[in-house]
Amino acid sequence: MEMFLYIALFAPLVGSMFAALFSAKPKTLIAGIIPSALLFVSFIASSILLVYVLQTGSSIHVEMMTWMATGELYIPFGFVVDQVSVTMMMVVTLVSTVVHVYAIGYMSHDKSFNRFFAWLSAFVFSMMILVMSDNFAGLFIGWEGVGLCSWGLIGFWYHKESATWAANEAFIMNRIADLGMLIGIFLIYWNTGTLQYDEAFAAMPALETDVLTWMGIFLFIGAMGKSAQFPLHTWLADAMEGPTPVSALIHAATMVTAGVYLIVRASPLYDLIPNVGLFIASLGAFVALFAASMALVNRDMKRIIAYSTLSQLGYMFAAAGLGAYWVALFHLMAHAFFKALLFLGAGNVMHAMKDELDPFKMGGLKKVMKGTFIMMTVASVALAGIFPLAGFFSKDLILEVAFIDNHYIIYSVLLFTAALTAFYSFRLVALIFHGEERYKLFGIDPHEAYKFMLVAMSPLLLLAVIAGVFKMTYFEMVTQVLPATEYHIDSPIVYWIITIGTQLLVGAAIFYAYKKYTSRDIKVPDGTSAMEKSFGYKLLSNQYYIPYIYEEFVAKPYGKISAFFWSEIDQKIIDASVDGIAKAFYNTGENTREMHSGNLSTMLKWMVAGTVGMLSLAVVFGLAARHSDGVASILSAIGVK
Amino acid sequence: MEIGLNHYLVLSTILFSIGLIGVMRRKNLLMLFFATEILLNSVNISFAAISHYNGDLTGQMFAFFVIAIAASEVAVGLGLLILWHKRHNNIDLDSMSTMRG
Repeated sequence: MEMFLYIALFAPLVGSMFAALFSAKPKTLIAGIIPSALLFVSFIASSILLVYVLQTGSSIHVEMMTWMATGELYIPFGFVVDQVSVTMMMVVTLVSTVVHVYAIGYMSHDKSFNRFFAWLSAFVFSMMILVMSDNFAGLFIGWEGVGLCSWGLIGFWYHKESATWAANEAFIMNRIADLGMLIGIFLIYWNTGTLQYDEAFAAMPALETDVLTWMGIFLFIGAMGKSAQFPLHTWLADAMEGPTPVSALIHAATMVTAGVYLIVRASPLYDLIPNVGLFIASLGAFVALFAASMALVNRDMKRIIAYSTLSQLGYMFAAAGLGAYWVALFHLMAHAFFKALLFLGAGNVMHAMKDELDPFKMGGLKKVMKGTFIMMTVASVALAGIFPLAGFFSKDLILEVAFIDNHYIIYSVLLFTAALTAFYSFRLVALIFHGEERYKLFGIDPHEAYKFMLVAMSPLLLLAVIAGVFKMTYFEMVTQVLPATEYHIDSPIVYWIITIGTQLLVGAAIFYAYKKYTSRDIKVPDGTSAMEKSFGYKLLSNQYYIPYIYEEFVAKPYGKISAFFWSEIDQKIIDASVDGIAKAFYNTGENTREMHSGNLSTMLKWMVAGTVGMLSLAVVFGLAARHSDGVASILSAIGVK
Repeated sequence: MEIGLNHYLVLSTILFSIGLIGVMRRKNLLMLFFATEILLNSVNISFAAISHYNGDLTGQMFAFFVIAIAASEVAVGLGLLILWHKRHNNIDLDSMSTMRG
């Protein structure tokens, strides 16, 4: 079994390095095919591990080699495949295989085709390290690795100013959060003396609650950055500057869920500090609503889906914060499938529309893009949480968790968000695929994507439909390491009212969205309608002015402080002292040049001066050595030790 | 008053100082050689004196070496001096600055 573990882990690395060999060359098809094939191998290996874990109920733990061993500190390159990490491995390898195959078609006209696959496979490798590591140090390596690859892929089209800006924004936001995460890891090491998950968690119940609370808070700050929770959320929407397969893989299905994974992994810690858990759940619920509201009015197809991702991450944090770790992980898995599907569908639409992102300029595309239409509709239904698709089982479960735990505020916020989710998802579907064919006004001739891209997407379609079936199997498997709390509403009447009520609410939202956005009156908004002038619309479409606030109150003052430090401190103190040292040497040389006059008489004088100097030193040291006791007493008398 | 080691060393020091001043002040190459000879011989005096004082012949042997080497050095030096004088018609140190850096 260890062999499969290594295959699953290292196949993406091999693929990445293979593609990197061609990175400076023009498009080479094999640079896309080999990494995709290797990822498929990794997927197969992960599946074998999943079957093994399912059948035996045991986990696989290997220590590849020692990484650091100094004194008390011992950190190995250790990997663990247990019920939690094997879930993540399945999600990561499956979605990334699909996305790789899809990207062969999607990126086929890009001149940096090879570089794309090098980055994408490197991302998968980092993600595998993140989820498979058996200690916090390894997790952190993967954490930084995915951050780096995300940077490289958001800024993939580096000739675009906006793309490089978004890449830097994502990277810097994550740096801020990573500082919190590092402090959390240091706290764990200081207090438990180890970074191995099992040992650290075993030592935690003996610690004081204050210490545990700080650990939980700092680790969650790290999770907030990676999972784009408020107030570090702005990078995720801007990250849509990257190619669409990147958005599907990194900024929907895998990397952004790493924060949720961290909370789930650290569940023994968060179980001890329910207050922090409640904060996480409240923030999650807030972000769910907050992001969904921004998606309502946005006019950028990819940003709408990005806000939807943000909103769903809020759901996951709400569940994890309330202690329903397996529910969070289950929603993570289901969400990965339908959200990746949604993004890939959006990629098809983008290709068809010549990179047009405004859904108001589309309309009626279902005639020309039947496959994409079906896939995106199914993904949206799953996202909205309609029975019997995946979202129903995972998202409604989170609502039930909130209801059963008597957090009615969180419950109602999440319920309202569910209606909003349904509305904006179907607003998007209706605008893109139904109604008038508005694209004709812009002279675009849309066409369906390559057939193999649709075939590549079909596993996701299948899973988005049937993932709910695995709920109980999944529950039995994953609760061997996570708290096994079953969430059942005791009274069947209340249960049916809640379930059917939610379904009706969501159905009504879908119906309303369809009715509103398939009508023939829909025009490309030009900023004159009453709705666009209203305060609420402006607030939402400007993302609550948060990017503006960050720009005005963080970025600009910081820029000014930096400019001040540059001109006053760096130039006048640091540079001046360094230059001063160099100038001192230069001047010494300039002034002592006279010695080398070539005049024998002058040189002899200098020689004598040197001799006298050396002799005097010898005498002084000789005397000092002879009278060392006296010298020591004099020195101590004047205060020199 | 008996003449002891200190007297020799004092003499040696005085001679050495005279030699040093000569090395620094003289502008005539010939005089420079004289000053060098005074330096070397002041050292020879202390070698011989300390050797006698310690009852060890090594110092005196060394003094002989110094005398031999000084003689050969002067022979080479005088040769060069004559050559220089033939070419430039003076032996002034200040005019010898072809090694200027």
